[in-house]
Amino acid sequence: MKDVLGTTGLILNEPLLWEKGKPGRRGFSLPSRDVEVCLIEKSLASHGPDFPDLSEVDVVRHFTRLSTWNFGVDTGTYPLGSCTMKYNPKINDKCAALPGFAAAHPLLPQELSQGLLKLLFELERYLAEITGMDAVTLQPAAGAQGELTGMLLIHAYHKSRGRKPSKILVPDTAHGTNPASAALCGYRPVPVASNAQGILSVESVAKSMDEDTAGIMITNPNTLGLFEENLRDIVDLVHVKGGLVYGDGANMNAVLGMMDVGCTGVDVLHLNLHKTFSTPHGGGGPGAGPVCVRKHLEPFLPVPRLMEQDAHYVLSDNFPHSIGRLHAFYGNVGVMLRAYSYIRTMGPANLKKASQLAVLNANYVKERLKKTFYLPYDRPCMHECVFTDKVQAGFKVTTLDIGKRLMDYGFHPPTVYFPLVVNGAIMIEPTETESKQDLDLLIESLEAIATEAKENPDLLRQAPTKPKMRRLDETGAARKLCLAG
Amino acid sequence: MRYLPHTDEEIASMLGVVGAASLDDLFSAVPSSCRRNREMNLPEPLSEWDLNRLMRDFSNNVAAPPEYKIFIGAGSYEHHIPQVVPYLLSRSEFVTSYTPYQPEMSQGTLQAIYEYQTLSARLLGMEVANASMYDGASALAEALLMAVRITGKRRVVLSCLIHPHFRSVVQTYLAPTDCEIIELPYRPDGRTDLSSLPSLEDLAALAVQSPNFFGVIEDLKDPAERAHDQGALLIATFTEPLAYGMLKSPGSLGADIASGEGQSLGIPQSFGGPGLGLFATKMSRVRSMPGRLVGRTTDVEGRRGFVLTLATREQHIRREKATSNICTNNSLCAVAATMYMACLGASGIRELAQLNHDKAEHLKKQLRHRGCKIPFESPTFNEFVAEMPPGFAKTRQRLLEQKIVAGLPMESYYPELKNHSLFCVTETKSREDMDDLVKELTL
Repeated sequence: MKDVLGTTGLILNEPLLWEKGKPGRRGFSLPSRDVEVCLIEKSLASHGPDFPDLSEVDVVRHFTRLSTWNFGVDTGTYPLGSCTMKYNPKINDKCAALPGFAAAHPLLPQELSQGLLKLLFELERYLAEITGMDAVTLQPAAGAQGELTGMLLIHAYHKSRGRKPSKILVPDTAHGTNPASAALCGYRPVPVASNAQGILSVESVAKSMDEDTAGIMITNPNTLGLFEENLRDIVDLVHVKGGLVYGDGANMNAVLGMMDVGCTGVDVLHLNLHKTFSTPHGGGGPGAGPVCVRKHLEPFLPVPRLMEQDAHYVLSDNFPHSIGRLHAFYGNVGVMLRAYSYIRTMGPANLKKASQLAVLNANYVKERLKKTFYLPYDRPCMHECVFTDKVQAGFKVTTLDIGKRLMDYGFHPPTVYFPLVVNGAIMIEPTETESKQDLDLLIESLEAIATEAKENPDLLRQAPTKPKMRRLDETGAARKLCLAG
Repeated sequence: MRYLPHTDEEIASMLGVVGAASLDDLFSAVPSSCRRNREMNLPEPLSEWDLNRLMRDFSNNVAAPPEYKIFIGAGSYEHHIPQVVPYLLSRSEFVTSYTPYQPEMSQGTLQAIYEYQTLSARLLGMEVANASMYDGASALAEALLMAVRITGKRRVVLSCLIHPHFRSVVQTYLAPTDCEIIELPYRPDGRTDLSSLPSLEDLAALAVQSPNFFGVIEDLKDPAERAHDQGALLIATFTEPLAYGMLKSPGSLGADIASGEGQSLGIPQSFGGPGLGLFATKMSRVRSMPGRLVGRTTDVEGRRGFVLTLATREQHIRREKATSNICTNNSLCAVAATMYMACLGASGIRELAQLNHDKAEHLKKQLRHRGCKIPFESPTFNEFVAEMPPGFAKTRQRLLEQKIVAGLPMESYYPELKNHSLFCVTETKSREDMDDLVKELTL
């Protein structure tokens, strides 16, 4: 292959905040005092926290240096399966920072917030249109809180019908959050195995589905990147037994404009604005996990709900069957603004094309690499593909080694050891914003690593060598806890 | 479309490799029962410049400072944010990275979060803080669930002076469990009335907010002792952590868990979110704590570095037995708070907190002179309740026309507090701003 992307750079060391600075420095411009000092009762007062004193330059250099130790989508290809690390458009950040948005107080009289309320109302309608569902709440602050909201809605629905089921079906291809969210609602997750094709069969669902089961949580496309082709029949089966179907829409980026979730009979679906709708992941958040439902679940949606009354927008708490609030205010509005900007920039045809190209990119990677890495399910995939380390294991090289070595080549590793349904998973989700050139470079790098695995496996076991730090002792960190300085 | 890099030629060649005739052909696995049969009915794409105009129009249709002088806090606080915070926070290495699962490629986020854990633990006077939660309300709900897990008891007691929205979120989280929520009333001095506590059994936790929703500083030592007497944990919650720049910390007063909202620490208000759920506890409870944690370690060459740790508590390992379903933190907001706390330093946060307190005291005094009553006499931080003169609704409207928002009417939260308003004054308000408000109140 041509020049390798990865290289070492001039990266500087930087101590911890409290290891630098000197008492008496300050990095903050204190407003002038125009009122008199008024001391508080001694019994309540303290000297305040033990913070380091730093100048503005200290702070700027500190965080600038730290940032150079990170890799982001803006740095390079980030093929992290299940996470949809697509490009985050810069104009969206600018929009969210407009003064009327960034400085808006959530408890202003509603006539003073009409601009924001109208925008959020429109966003709800767009998400309903994109999914084919009837009603939307934007409130959940993350995908996992969206899942919890979905489970609470299902719980409230059954309760309103005098039912108290104790179980919920969770396929083995589900995200780990699914069983944890279900457990918060008191549901015992019952695993359902996927079939030889890597998808759910009607028969395996039928075996576990009974009247004591609240429903099923289905990620579609699933975490193997495969479309659940029997979805419609599974939904019907679950409905006949009185259950509801929860759709985990984390992988919605595969099917924009191609799939109508509402018409498949799925009752409730969450979306990740930080995946499908391009808002940045921010090193782990904030995200947003709107929840879309069909008509029969609408009365249970969280309050406050956005309503339109004669071109006037109001937030209403007047929904007696609502599950209540999930967030102190209305959720992560700053994230919603970015998703709104994205949808308005893309328009319907480009959103559809984004999904088509995401699927094209994943299939391209799959076809090009399946001779090099073991592909447990050799069939057309959606937006991501899952290989394993089965071939390389023969050289005593693991998925982790392959991922770490990819860092030296200048890429973020794929998702490793997930989904659990295959051993040593290497899960690649390129997303639509990677060009063919970028993908070719990724493919050639992985091919080169596979050759290294055969010829000089120590290169992989010792990797990475180019980032600032080499492999870190995670076991030691858990054994000898040091969580604060 | 500028975000989609593929040329027609590249698409054709890639389709050739895949063995598909067209882009549509790639979706052969989607059965007709799941297919969309019409195009999405969404607005056509906007150029960057048209989008700018549209968003500006929306933004202009929201009342915001500095044009508006807003004397409301109640869980969302207007503070000056030093320019270095948004500047540094826009470094794309922080913005466009994922959760730091691969530590060698995310040492920047990991060290910053370790620093966040350290500074927020120091602010709250606790031994250990997690990498943050979604917001103060869900952080409180998670704290209560944690107390239930630790004690094995089913009853939680909340002060009615906890932010009403926080209490609503707690109800939502606890509704499907068999836990019982009991609310304690308030005393005439504006603090929580703990007198019924000894008669309650099976207590997992007592939760108290300080400063509370009335702005009043609670004496946390007393509730901590009473909770411990009954084998329950004391959870201290808060909406305005800047107060701990001058007040005794929850940890120093005996709180077992401190969890609340950190938006004040350098995060824009953004109509209520994203904010920052601060969550801290004692080391002895760390394994029951929800949320991500960053720990210190070394690499193979013995150099100091940082990793996510204690993942065995978390959903992706423990699935339904996890301490929470949370699988992220509000990382970027936590980094913003770290930058903000670093700018302030020890003396800065103390002086800023004192200034907030003093400005609020100034307005309190001025309102008193104009005939308002201050119903709750206990000390407050930067918020307080005032009983307004009869006919204040009209004055409030007149002030609105002058772009002054004079407090939050309390009646919808506490029906007995008719004609009461909750005022907030931070360092962003000048003496003149307060004078402008006060002079509209007729003597």
